Amino acid sequence: MAGIDHAPPPFFKQGPAPLALLIFYVTVSLALFVIDLKYKSADTIRQGVAVVVDPLQRLAQTPGAAIAEAGDYFASLDHLQQDNATLRRAQLDTAPNLARLSHLEAENTRLRRLLGMKERERAEGKIGHILFATRDPFSRRIVVDKGLQAGIAAGQPVIDEAGVVGQVTRVFPLSSEITLITDKGQVVPVQVVRTGQRSVVYGLGDGTMELRFLPANADIQENDVLVTSGLDGIYLPGFPVAKVSRVERDSAYSFARIFCNPIAGVENFSEVFILDPRPASEAKPPATQEEPRGQGGEHRETPSKKPKRAARAH
Amino acid sequence: MQPTFSSSRILLPVRPWFIYFSLFIALLLNLLPTSDWPLMPDWVALVLCFWCVREFRRIRMGTGFLLGIVMDVANSAALGQHALAYVLLAYFSAYLARRILWFPLSQQALHVLPLFLMAQLVQVGVRMITGAAFPGIEYFIAPLIETALWIPLTYLLLLPQYRPVEQDPNRPI
Repeated sequence: MAGIDHAPPPFFKQGPAPLALLIFYVTVSLALFVIDLKYKSADTIRQGVAVVVDPLQRLAQTPGAAIAEAGDYFASLDHLQQDNATLRRAQLDTAPNLARLSHLEAENTRLRRLLGMKERERAEGKIGHILFATRDPFSRRIVVDKGLQAGIAAGQPVIDEAGVVGQVTRVFPLSSEITLITDKGQVVPVQVVRTGQRSVVYGLGDGTMELRFLPANADIQENDVLVTSGLDGIYLPGFPVAKVSRVERDSAYSFARIFCNPIAGVENFSEVFILDPRPASEAKPPATQEEPRGQGGEHRETPSKKPKRAARAH
Repeated sequence: MQPTFSSSRILLPVRPWFIYFSLFIALLLNLLPTSDWPLMPDWVALVLCFWCVREFRRIRMGTGFLLGIVMDVANSAALGQHALAYVLLAYFSAYLARRILWFPLSQQALHVLPLFLMAQLVQVGVRMITGAAFPGIEYFIAPLIETALWIPLTYLLLLPQYRPVEQDPNRPI
């Protein structure tokens, strides 16, 4: 008879009423929600919970990763040889340019110095291995295996071999979260390569992007390539971002609707390059266009502290 | 307790560690990298709802809230999104608990379907208020799959509580 529960049911001692508990928990949840989305100050809670969740998450990844590794191990010799040949050809393709790059860079630096211009910034950073794409269906984010311990900070731009992937938005002790440029509301200032026009490209949330604020009669065509303009102080200029896929011109609206597809393998990749934050720009114009109250000078922030999330503020 | 109230079979009492173990396994299943697969059911919601119906004195809203916070961080959703959904799910499951168990399993599943739909709707609601895009209609297929899983899950999770129909006092084990 060991199985039967001998304790009488607790008729009178049942803790707070369910409705009171419900109201309490709903209030706490909503408070957390507001703190997180409106004031963006719940990151300490997140980091604390992440310390516990991170090992669990890696544990859950292990079977899948093991299967993938086993698959790699049994990849056929033929496949590997093909891969090798392709890579060697690609390397040969880029070899002449790479060999001359250091020479060109030195020349460029010297010329810029002669002209009295600021020297071009160099792209340096760390390679991050992608752990997984987050399960949240409302946003497009990935998690990489470099975090606070590797010196990653929120706001750093992320690229792959083809172009811009996104931006680090949250950093945990051992991992960090990258918001892709296709996430809804993610903004990248760009320049059209063919014409040099500057604008900003917005993620739409469905894997494509939209180039906004170009007039309906703007000179833009399908297959135009957009590169970062570097005006934001976050992305270095010249990284490919997107290619125009469709242009809708309607004279009823003052702006053209221009849709683009990302150039980087934004939704499928395994390794990315996390660029170091750009140093604070010396030659900023006096700050009059954004905040008229400042006289310039003292409210100059480092770009790493000001990730481009203006459109995500709502 | 019986499998359903109309059944005459008496179950062994549940072992508390088994409840927490099953919730832990459900959490691990939710942490699998299945972002490309919107049909993946929310295992934590399913198991939480099950235990809130069966053992509403042990598993209450606090458990749902904690699991929700963990899921929010793991999914990098907005903090409080899953917590809110799970707390409401736990409350309404416990509210329905005394009624649900009078029905056969298929009708129990029909009772929990609105609860799972509500959990998804709450999450869509709070995210869309704050400007997220609508994730598409396939987001609401997962509750249907969770409902279909209610019957096998009931058998699976009640398995440790069944005792043999014919008891043999001389059995060695």
